[in-house]
Amino acid sequence: MAAEGPEPRRYGRRVFLGVLAGGLTSFAWGPAASRMLSPLTSGGSQLLGNVFPVGGWRIYTISGSMPVFDPHTWSLTIDGLVERKLTLGYDELRRLPAAEQVSAFHCVTGWTVHGVRWRGIRLHRLLDLAGPLPSSRALRFVSTERPYEDSLTIEQARLPDVMLALDLDGAPLSRPHGAPVRLVIPEMYGYKGVKWLERIEVVADQPTGYWENLGYDQDAWVGRSNGYG
Amino acid sequence: MAERRRLLRFTRTERTLHWVHASAFLVLLASGLALYLPSLAELVGRRPLLKDVHVYTAVAWAVAIVAVVVAGDRRSLRRTLHELDVFDRDDRDWLRRRKAPQGRFNAGQKVNAAITAAFAVLFAFTGTLLWLGERDTRFRFAQTILIHDWLTQVSLALFLGHLYLAVIHPGTRHALNGMTRGWVDADWAERHHEKWSRGFRLQDGSRAGLGPVERDEHAERQRQAFDLEG
Repeated sequence: MAAEGPEPRRYGRRVFLGVLAGGLTSFAWGPAASRMLSPLTSGGSQLLGNVFPVGGWRIYTISGSMPVFDPHTWSLTIDGLVERKLTLGYDELRRLPAAEQVSAFHCVTGWTVHGVRWRGIRLHRLLDLAGPLPSSRALRFVSTERPYEDSLTIEQARLPDVMLALDLDGAPLSRPHGAPVRLVIPEMYGYKGVKWLERIEVVADQPTGYWENLGYDQDAWVGRSNGYG
Repeated sequence: MAERRRLLRFTRTERTLHWVHASAFLVLLASGLALYLPSLAELVGRRPLLKDVHVYTAVAWAVAIVAVVVAGDRRSLRRTLHELDVFDRDDRDWLRRRKAPQGRFNAGQKVNAAITAAFAVLFAFTGTLLWLGERDTRFRFAQTILIHDWLTQVSLALFLGHLYLAVIHPGTRHALNGMTRGWVDADWAERHHEKWSRGFRLQDGSRAGLGPVERDEHAERQRQAFDLEG
């Protein structure tokens, strides 16, 4: 059966071991390669990013279905330990002074989207509108997607790049991204950024959120929590 | 009219192994994509259920592969492994896109088999890490999901190519018969796997008085079982 000429070579195992070695060493070179490839997709069209999300978004829900946003009935409530309870409709929220920022989005499961362009309301401004009472220590963010909620301390919430985002990359938040408004805190992993936000309760004791109940860290600093760093 | 000769290309064990792997791959691909692609994730939802399907299918896959190897015809598998491993000059010519007679597997099939096997190991490894990482942060690495994704994307491309050659491409799709019923037409084998089919022809020749031909026992068993002329 052997062909004439040079003796047969065992290329099969070489291919097998080579691919295996390439895959295992990619734990070292993978992130760099991903950073090179990432602009091709996450920076490109939304459609391409959806079909081929190298370094793009991945959407997680906890309930299996995403809340539907109706601009006529929707409102955001800010209550609890505040001087003025606020109930803002979508148009009212839109009329507040908006800020824009470009920041990276880090998911605790390991993926990152760089250069995300957010536009929305600075949380500290909104907080000042409601006027937190001296006894307040934390904010509880409640999602329309039950039972998702999470929290930040007042100090964390007042970080300058924390916002309630209404727009993502120049367009209103889509349903998968938490329409109409989500919390954005770039220094922390994405599970802190409650989507489909409908209520912010100002409280004295920081509650335990959905993922924190499942063992995630309360202070979800990127690179310094949840086993990283 | 002479009866059409049929040559056994894949033993029952080989076929079982292929279809165990293929069906697990399809379920894993479907559930994985529904977890992974934002648009599909939105459409399907039910993430916890899909995750269970994905994880349990992976476990079932591993168990089934081991079971087939343990309970099946291990001699034929060892022989197949050897055939896949060895590339002769014809294989190297074939890879350089020169016309060269091929054995039971052409060089492309050998490369595909090696990549598929390596990917299976890498999938299992990164998948286990992902599973562990959800339970213990010491096992959570930022790269794991990235690598699992890349494997998926490359596998998807390989799978589509494989599907095209096995189901659509007119010249090669007869090969599917070898993987479903085990046998292929001798004429087709002569064109696509000449060196392999030559083994059968020579064996026939030996009966016609051309003298004994050195043969591997694997092909011998194939001939006895399936060569309908015999």
